[in-house]
Amino acid sequence: MTVTAGRPATPAEHQAGLHPRPGAAFLGMPVFPDAAKIALGDVQLRSNLGRATHTIRAKRQRIVDELPDWQDLRLAAAAIKDRTLARLDSYLEEFEEGATRAGAVVHWAKDADEACRISIDIAGRHQASDVVKVKSMATQEVGLNEALERAGIRSWETDLAELIVQLGGDTPSHFLVPAIHRNRDEIRQIFLDHMGDVGLAAPTDLTNEPRRLAEAARLHLREKFLSTKVAFSGANFAIAETGTLVVVESEGNGRMCLTLPDVLVSVVGIEKILPTFADLEVFLQVLPRSSTAERMNPYTTMWTGVTPGDGPQEVHIILLDNGRTRALANEVGRQALRCIRCSACLNVCPVYERVGGHAYGSVYPGPIGAILNPLLHGVTDPHDAALPFASSLCGACYEVCPVAIDIPTVLIDQRAAAVREKAHHKIPTAESVAMSAAAWTFSDARRLAAAQRVASLGRGAAKHVRWLPGMLGGWTDSRALPAVPKESFRAWWSRTRGSSR
Amino acid sequence: MRVSLFLTCLADTLYPSVGQATVTVLERLGCEVEFRSQQTCCGQMHMNTGYPELAGDLVRGFADTFAGAEAVVLPSGSCAAMLRRHAEHVAAGVTMPPVYELSEFLIDVLGVTDVGATFEHSVTYHPTCHSLRLLGVGDRPYQLLRAVRGLRLQELSDAQQCCGFGGTFALKNAETSSAMGHDKIEFVLDTGAEFLCASDASCLMHLSGIAAKEGAPVQTLHLAEILASTA
Repeated sequence: MTVTAGRPATPAEHQAGLHPRPGAAFLGMPVFPDAAKIALGDVQLRSNLGRATHTIRAKRQRIVDELPDWQDLRLAAAAIKDRTLARLDSYLEEFEEGATRAGAVVHWAKDADEACRISIDIAGRHQASDVVKVKSMATQEVGLNEALERAGIRSWETDLAELIVQLGGDTPSHFLVPAIHRNRDEIRQIFLDHMGDVGLAAPTDLTNEPRRLAEAARLHLREKFLSTKVAFSGANFAIAETGTLVVVESEGNGRMCLTLPDVLVSVVGIEKILPTFADLEVFLQVLPRSSTAERMNPYTTMWTGVTPGDGPQEVHIILLDNGRTRALANEVGRQALRCIRCSACLNVCPVYERVGGHAYGSVYPGPIGAILNPLLHGVTDPHDAALPFASSLCGACYEVCPVAIDIPTVLIDQRAAAVREKAHHKIPTAESVAMSAAAWTFSDARRLAAAQRVASLGRGAAKHVRWLPGMLGGWTDSRALPAVPKESFRAWWSRTRGSSR
Repeated sequence: MRVSLFLTCLADTLYPSVGQATVTVLERLGCEVEFRSQQTCCGQMHMNTGYPELAGDLVRGFADTFAGAEAVVLPSGSCAAMLRRHAEHVAAGVTMPPVYELSEFLIDVLGVTDVGATFEHSVTYHPTCHSLRLLGVGDRPYQLLRAVRGLRLQELSDAQQCCGFGGTFALKNAETSSAMGHDKIEFVLDTGAEFLCASDASCLMHLSGIAAKEGAPVQTLHLAEILASTA
């Protein structure tokens, strides 16, 4: 399905649903309002999402409420990240020095292409035909799987949900639960249809029980872990003082990838730095509680370069910019770089709950995606420019964010950036005309009073109007217009009380 | 106490009954109410749509109009939040008068929860997002409603989830906004309440529009209108 930006989706596209193609940016996706419209029509998707987000939301609330010092932890986490971002350059060099001293090879990638090229070079040097992967947002952001595939290297996701997404020829729609848009029956079918094509097939008597589904995945993946020499990962944290990388996960597949292969390549966003090991104390509390609603995540793997005779004997770290320094330069927006990809904001977002992750057209969906994408890329592309408006500004995201990112304030700031971008290119819009007209009316109470009198005169006609063209059409398709009253409040006040000042 | 009413552009134009009810409640409690006729708009729509300069002009206009006011009271959590939390962002250095959302003013300043109202109906309350998360009015509206004689308050499921209005979000992402509003109305109908109450005319405009279009048997009333009711 290809929909040109800005054009409404056709009925056929609505019928087909949202099926973004895998890749760094979801190619061929419509802009948010249209993509959301298509997603809203998918009854199964809405039911899957509604159930999943409500469950995770309630669990998170329970586990966060256990901690009397939750608000202090949030502020501590935000303060550590801010302190780090303020001196990011020197912490990065400290990290490089520590990791190099411990035997790792540190690479610097300014963008997705560089990160992929370095990755392909490393895999190529080891004549790898296949690589295994730990779930990682950074590798998705750069489109690593697709880049490796173009270089003739097959990349296997080993996280259960990522495996479901990969086998289904699908794209993730959530940080933590990439297959949140799928239910158990759909997963069973994907396993039955596709596992056999790429390795050990699923048992023919597979049911939709979680235990059976997990067992099928475990057997399928075990074969890959034991036969693959090169692994790719991201990292949740990078400790500057020691050069240590940290991965937290739930399934143990990450531990397998990080310890069994000979060669380990980690793609790490430069904002993942924490100055000291002690800083983990805060983050290993806020991350699992916010993401999986657990007191502690089941597996925490830490490695510092190479340990002779134990684990991968060749360790690479690719430090990725890809727009992060651009975001860092934005005074209001730089707080988005505190994000630890916990996904609490997605789970609580009423917009995400209705439309799902694919509608955002990025590996970063939901409220954080609505600010991160325009901050990383700018707002020249209509997809990025539409995202800051994909919110009712209800503030639920800010309330749950474990690093206290004031998402609504950044959204508002990015909206202004999107408006400025259009004005800069002298693109007149119906909206900018309407906004200027409204401001002109509101700039003088006499003008507002006059406008109210005009509306009131036309009220006989307007009272039962259920459909209007243009911008108001969006309102009246699903909502009745309010009846215009006989007189405005100010007219009533002036008539009954006389004017006071 | 002398109170300056800031009605908000929306209620002034479309919901004068909300303003009249606010005046009734404040005067019943002994306040002297004034309406400064130069007032127009708080600038929230402009700021939230990406026009901070236009919003700044409106905020400065508000500050000029209400200069020297002892207390500005408005029946909108959203506009109160704009004026208290965001004014400085769009109009740096502006001097603002003390601004109170109605339930804050009644409980915090006048120290009253029983405003002497009677309303013999079942009511459910939607705590609007900005009054909840930006202003932090907490359970003040519920305290006021519980003190209304004859009123049967019905608990609303998922009450703290947004109704989907969101200002120009309702136009720019009309389908998503309506889907959120539809779900809210479903929860409201589940309560069996005759009336849906909230403290923002804007959210109520959206929700009553959906209810009317869908033929849902529920009426909407602003908190001020219920507090103004007597037997």
